[in-house]
Amino acid sequence: MSSDTPNEPVISFQNVSIGFDMGDVLSGLSFSVAHQETKVLIGESGTGKTLTLKLAAGLLRPDSGTVRMLGRDLATLSERELLAFRRQIGFVFQEGALFDSLTVADNVAYSLREEHVSEDEIAPRVLESLRFVEMEHTLEKLPGELSGGMRRRVSIARALVSRPQVVLYDSPTAGLDPVTSQTIITLILRLRDTQGVTSVLATHRLQDAFGLANYRFDGETGRVVPISNNGNARKTGAATNFVVLRGGKVYFEGSPQLIEQSRDDYLRRFLL
Amino acid sequence: MATTDPKILESSQISVADAISGGLKRRLLHVQEYTLLSARSIACLFSPPYYMSDVLEQMDIIGVGSLPIVLLTGFFIGAVMVLQTAAQFERFGQTALTADVVSLALVRELGPSITGLLVAGRNSSGIASELGSMLVTEQVDAMRAMGTDPIRKLVTPRVIATTLMLPLLTALADLLGLIGGYLVSAFTLRLNAVTFWTRALDILEFSDLMQGLSKPIIFGIILSTVGCYQGLNVKGGTQGVGRATTQAVVTSSVFILISNFFLTKLMLFLAGHVF
Repeated sequence: MSSDTPNEPVISFQNVSIGFDMGDVLSGLSFSVAHQETKVLIGESGTGKTLTLKLAAGLLRPDSGTVRMLGRDLATLSERELLAFRRQIGFVFQEGALFDSLTVADNVAYSLREEHVSEDEIAPRVLESLRFVEMEHTLEKLPGELSGGMRRRVSIARALVSRPQVVLYDSPTAGLDPVTSQTIITLILRLRDTQGVTSVLATHRLQDAFGLANYRFDGETGRVVPISNNGNARKTGAATNFVVLRGGKVYFEGSPQLIEQSRDDYLRRFLL
Repeated sequence: MATTDPKILESSQISVADAISGGLKRRLLHVQEYTLLSARSIACLFSPPYYMSDVLEQMDIIGVGSLPIVLLTGFFIGAVMVLQTAAQFERFGQTALTADVVSLALVRELGPSITGLLVAGRNSSGIASELGSMLVTEQVDAMRAMGTDPIRKLVTPRVIATTLMLPLLTALADLLGLIGGYLVSAFTLRLNAVTFWTRALDILEFSDLMQGLSKPIIFGIILSTVGCYQGLNVKGGTQGVGRATTQAVVTSSVFILISNFFLTKLMLFLAGHVF
């Protein structure tokens, strides 16, 4: 982690507000994400989950407040510096956002070519990333030839090919069937537990959030196993915490157990 | 019935004033953003990274892709000009002058403006719809997230390609127009080839060529930057892409015609003083 101080959060939002013509979407948002933590942003549509991720990646600038990422205050970086800075971050967009005129291989290789990595090195890294998401057979296909779930998997491969320290997932299972959604969550677990990346996942599906909180990827057996109460989660470093957004603010922040025990009507709506 | 309540009258006056000032502010904002985008796309020429493969790809799409329609149009514009002017010159027994008129009109005016308008219709809309689609499917954000400046990668190559290709397309349209004019004058006026081509070439001065080939450079910048601006400012999903496409063609065509007037004034002034 390239933070200024070892204990500094990897991502921190301090009193962040942003609005558009229709008014404020986020107002006074504050939360932080620790090293190797998975933070799940939960909220109804239009509560600013995607906006929060875009602010974290520096794709948008807040009207007020501070966004810090990997020890840098993003407001102090110029657009040119931000472009270079973002190469440390992986971003998985809601619909994949693959470049539709490029093949799968070229999509995954895109960021490596931007970093002027040699072509000899690009080919094995692209293959490694696509193998990770079990999509190595689609190298020469165009995104239009892939299903929605396959596009998300390629998008994850594209995000991890440059070995980012932080990965931001924007509703990676939205619009997918339950089986494909489970495949995507398994990939996220695998990435978290084998490579120890810090991640933020925006979703309105609580089952995805609990999937991340209650399971881990066992690198030895290659399977997803439940996290027992005897400290498996700590052993893998897989701390998963929830942030519930409501009205542009943090409505709830805490562990999965806390949200399960909560008697708050708004939170209970997500559990039903 | 006239409104007599002063409060209602006041509020309606304020809302009209607000609407006008709001509209003006939005227009000004568009002008400011368009100017910034154009300036940034040109500034990207002076610092790396350069996307040469994108420039070549766009040159192929814009230049080679527009060739058939530009050549066909140029040919028939030249042909129809002879048909229209021949009757007038026949009255004075000066049919050979058709070559002079076709040559001057094509090289100075019709070649650049018709080619500009055709390429605006074909490519400004294409650029707007392509970039607009990329924007609504978050491909532009994905590009930024992976450390690429979309202006450098998407706008600058299109501006370079259009600015380089439009003068070439115009020159070819002029040539085909002259060929069309010659063929019609040969068949209808029995004008021989030597007379037609000698007159057509002799009438042209250096300033005419300068005028005819410098206008497309400006038109190229206009139609590519307008297309890129409309595409990168799409609002409202796929419906917005459709609106941006139409807007790109309308705006770039109007800008081309307006700028053509001022460029002609400037060129005529320069022809008298410089060339």
